[in-house]
Amino acid sequence: MSTATVTPRGGRLEAWLYILQRLSALVMAPLVVVHLMVIMIAVQDGLSAQEILARTQASSIWPVLYGLFVAAAALHGAIGLRAMVREVLTHHRTLPDMVALVFIAAVLLLGFRAVAAIA
Amino acid sequence: MSYMPARNHAAYWAFAAHRLSGLALAVFLPLHLYVLSMAINQAALNGFLDWAENPLVKLAETGLIMLLAVHLTGGLRLLALEFLPWSEAQKTRIALAFGLALAAGLLFFVLAW
Amino acid sequence: MTSNRDAADAKPIGELQVSIWRGGDDGELQTFTVPHYESQTVLDVVTWVQHKLDPGLSYRFSCRVGMCGTCAMTVNGRPRWTCRTHVSRVASHGALEIRPLRNLPVIKDLVVDMAPFFDKWRDGRGYFTPSQAGSLTVAPVDGNSPARKLASAAIECIGCAVCHAACDVVAWQPDYLGPAALNRAWTLVNDERDNDRSGHLAAVAVAGGCHGCHSTGSCASHCPNSLNPTASIAGLKREVTKAMLKGEL
Repeated sequence: MSTATVTPRGGRLEAWLYILQRLSALVMAPLVVVHLMVIMIAVQDGLSAQEILARTQASSIWPVLYGLFVAAAALHGAIGLRAMVREVLTHHRTLPDMVALVFIAAVLLLGFRAVAAIA
Repeated sequence: MSYMPARNHAAYWAFAAHRLSGLALAVFLPLHLYVLSMAINQAALNGFLDWAENPLVKLAETGLIMLLAVHLTGGLRLLALEFLPWSEAQKTRIALAFGLALAAGLLFFVLAW
Repeated sequence: MTSNRDAADAKPIGELQVSIWRGGDDGELQTFTVPHYESQTVLDVVTWVQHKLDPGLSYRFSCRVGMCGTCAMTVNGRPRWTCRTHVSRVASHGALEIRPLRNLPVIKDLVVDMAPFFDKWRDGRGYFTPSQAGSLTVAPVDGNSPARKLASAAIECIGCAVCHAACDVVAWQPDYLGPAALNRAWTLVNDERDNDRSGHLAAVAVAGGCHGCHSTGSCASHCPNSLNPTASIAGLKREVTKAMLKGEL
């Protein structure tokens, strides 16, 4: 049993953010591989809106995958940016969390708007 | 001493590449998603895609592909480093991660032209 | 007499321009000309300056043979144990720049305050918790058990703070426990005689704990004893993650 009597500084927030960062990375790794493969195939004869929509509307799996991609990227990027701001502006208490929240909100909003547009 | 030789080793370069590519991707992502949402209006998206045929834009896209690939392969290396038993082959893995990312960028460069 | 060589028993093979940090955090470099001898260590150079040129020069050393971990300084930009660092291997065109360790407050010249460094060992719960107070029996430990091998691989730390000085995260995050304290915690997490494994994990699962590490590897590439704190910290991240996902932490 733990004999720790002092409440840990900042609770377990950092450890949970670390776990979410790695989980979102695990979710995204195969999605990024698929994304890169689609890019390599699609780019060969030029891109057009019709071609992109024909592909994404062919199956309902694409909006689901892109939706998952958006959610994971929003979380992953927010946690990463938060760490960077914390390390550059060491003594700023609230800015890292603000940057993370603004990023996650912006990516979720823009991302689901984009997913709706291609669905 | 502003020059820090203590930073000049493979794992540090891998860290720097991961951080800088992550930052660049975080800046790029909202713009990318904004452009994609133009697909609601096909003419608007086509207008953007025509602009993107510009060689300079294609060169920038090659850079973006490389950033994404560097972050992917470097990230997989970090997941292996943290969640699998320690391997002494870190330098080999770092070289492999950079090599694969470079290959992905070159492949895109060739295919997109 | 310490290990510096006098002209009586050796002939200089050249001359060194040695810049040494003088003063506190806002001090400056002072340059000395020092004879270069064969097999001369950086600690020999500092000692020669103090004995022959400026008795007011402050620095720390004890054993001179790489055991005690007190003589670490920044030599030409890299943290090193000066007693085991040969001048011929690190001098650049006959020049040496010797500064106090980075990431610790400078007391004077080459002497830093080690208190913040060891405070972090305490905060990271880097101390053994016995299972039986005052027991006279010796707990049997299988030297070949996987856990003991992990502990043994990380145990030979001499507390020199070279890794602490090499680490950028320590510089960027003042509350980060740092590679030495976390490496120490890892030895205790794997010590089957220790009675507080979850206490050790809890102490490094906080802000400033093991998750601050970005695996830049500067600790491992500078550790004079070839330890690998990056690997130890990765182990802590793994064990903390397991414990948290199981709801034990």
